[in-house]
Amino acid sequence: MAAEFSEGTARVKRGLAEMLRGGVIMDVVNVEQAKIAEDAGAVAVMALERVPADIRRDGGVARMSDPALIREIQDAVTIPVMAKVRIGHFAEAQMLEAMEVDYIDESEVLTPADESYHVDKWAFQVPFVCGATNLGEALRRISEGAALIRSKGEAGTGNVVEAVRHLRSITSDLRAIAAASEQELFGWAKKLSAPYDLVAEIHANGGHLPVPLFCAGGIATPADASLVMQLGAEANFVGSGIFKSGDPAKRARAIVEATTHYQDPKVLIRVSENLGEAMVGIEMDALDQHLAERGW
Amino acid sequence: MRIGVIALQGDFREHLELLALLGWQGVAVKEPSHLVGLDGLVFPGGESTTQCILSEASGLRQPLATEVRSGLPVLGTCAGLIMLARTIIGGRADQWSYEVLDVTVMRNGFGRQVRSFEADIAVRGLETPMRAIFIRAPVITQVGEKVETLASVRYQFVDGASREVPVVVAGGSIIATSFHPEVSRDPRLHELAFTR
Repeated sequence: MAAEFSEGTARVKRGLAEMLRGGVIMDVVNVEQAKIAEDAGAVAVMALERVPADIRRDGGVARMSDPALIREIQDAVTIPVMAKVRIGHFAEAQMLEAMEVDYIDESEVLTPADESYHVDKWAFQVPFVCGATNLGEALRRISEGAALIRSKGEAGTGNVVEAVRHLRSITSDLRAIAAASEQELFGWAKKLSAPYDLVAEIHANGGHLPVPLFCAGGIATPADASLVMQLGAEANFVGSGIFKSGDPAKRARAIVEATTHYQDPKVLIRVSENLGEAMVGIEMDALDQHLAERGW
Repeated sequence: MRIGVIALQGDFREHLELLALLGWQGVAVKEPSHLVGLDGLVFPGGESTTQCILSEASGLRQPLATEVRSGLPVLGTCAGLIMLARTIIGGRADQWSYEVLDVTVMRNGFGRQVRSFEADIAVRGLETPMRAIFIRAPVITQVGEKVETLASVRYQFVDGASREVPVVVAGGSIIATSFHPEVSRDPRLHELAFTR
């Protein structure tokens, strides 16, 4: 039959995020790490030059990764490959789209390129994931075309406390909007600085975000993965937590299993035994730079 | 009707919601004890490599191999098609499948995510077309003698060639699709798989 093919639709973009649910997306900085991630059962990898913990340590301006590195990783694995652009840097995004990266992360982990505007993500065929600290921020990103939202957490700290704060904030407002009266929805749109239509959509569908909600920022252990899944995350991004630990391959597998069996303490105990050193975490008060404050 | 949905990774929630829509009981299968008393099984979309690893780790591989060979009605979508296929092209070196559906599939055969698409597809036995969502979808490159093609598309592949490929196939008690009827919320293939 002569079918008409529509590419880059909202459903196709959100669809890939739906396929990643229950999985772990791992930050990798080279082919070797990408293969370890795939062997461990990652559903996707995020190709970048430095993990957030190193970006934090090195300072300076953090930018999109070298296309050659991204290409090498694309060639090395069969799972989806994501890559990061700076907030608002649509030229970096155009390059990643031309390279057929599977998802673009417009990320606060890199140094923002634009203090006023995020990328117009509707203009792209490749889907975008964006970070959010609260529901208003999530809805502003969705209105710009984001097909997936992740908590920002505080990347590169190995400390899950900020991700927990962001997830709780988002899910608690989702529940409140589900229970709100029609009249109150206008107040919610104002309070969140978010489009009324998205607020109304959440109310109509019983309190679900219109796109999947994943967790990122500070996951370091299988127990962390379970915690955030129980708080409403549908999948986990793990950055520094794996390759800054003592035994990355084993920890990667453990976090994969923990994300699937997050409600089963028996599995969590089994995968947590003799896991070796977790990454050394950083306490929030000891931070001189809060990445989650980037973007609006 | 009590249908198990393999719930290790992927879009198993959409399948459970469709089963509820049909008035059937959906069971999220995460471990072997969840396999008791089922009238059918769904292998959902997701990442097939991850699903392989988690099936082994959860002790589901052997019991599921027994179930799918027993003649139990089975529906597989996208990664689910890969899990059921006889032969996989473009998989990891150690990638296995249940080998109960006599087809060869090429992983991500339609291309990377930028080439993911949706289209109306005519399926034999259904009165109106299905809205079919293809996400980094596998391509069925070969179909065994006893496997029936229920739908196909003519598609311009990355290599420039236009080929007609099957996208819904049926073999024995198994129906499998390259696309995601569960994402477009169309329950008709679920009905077909479990009531024919």
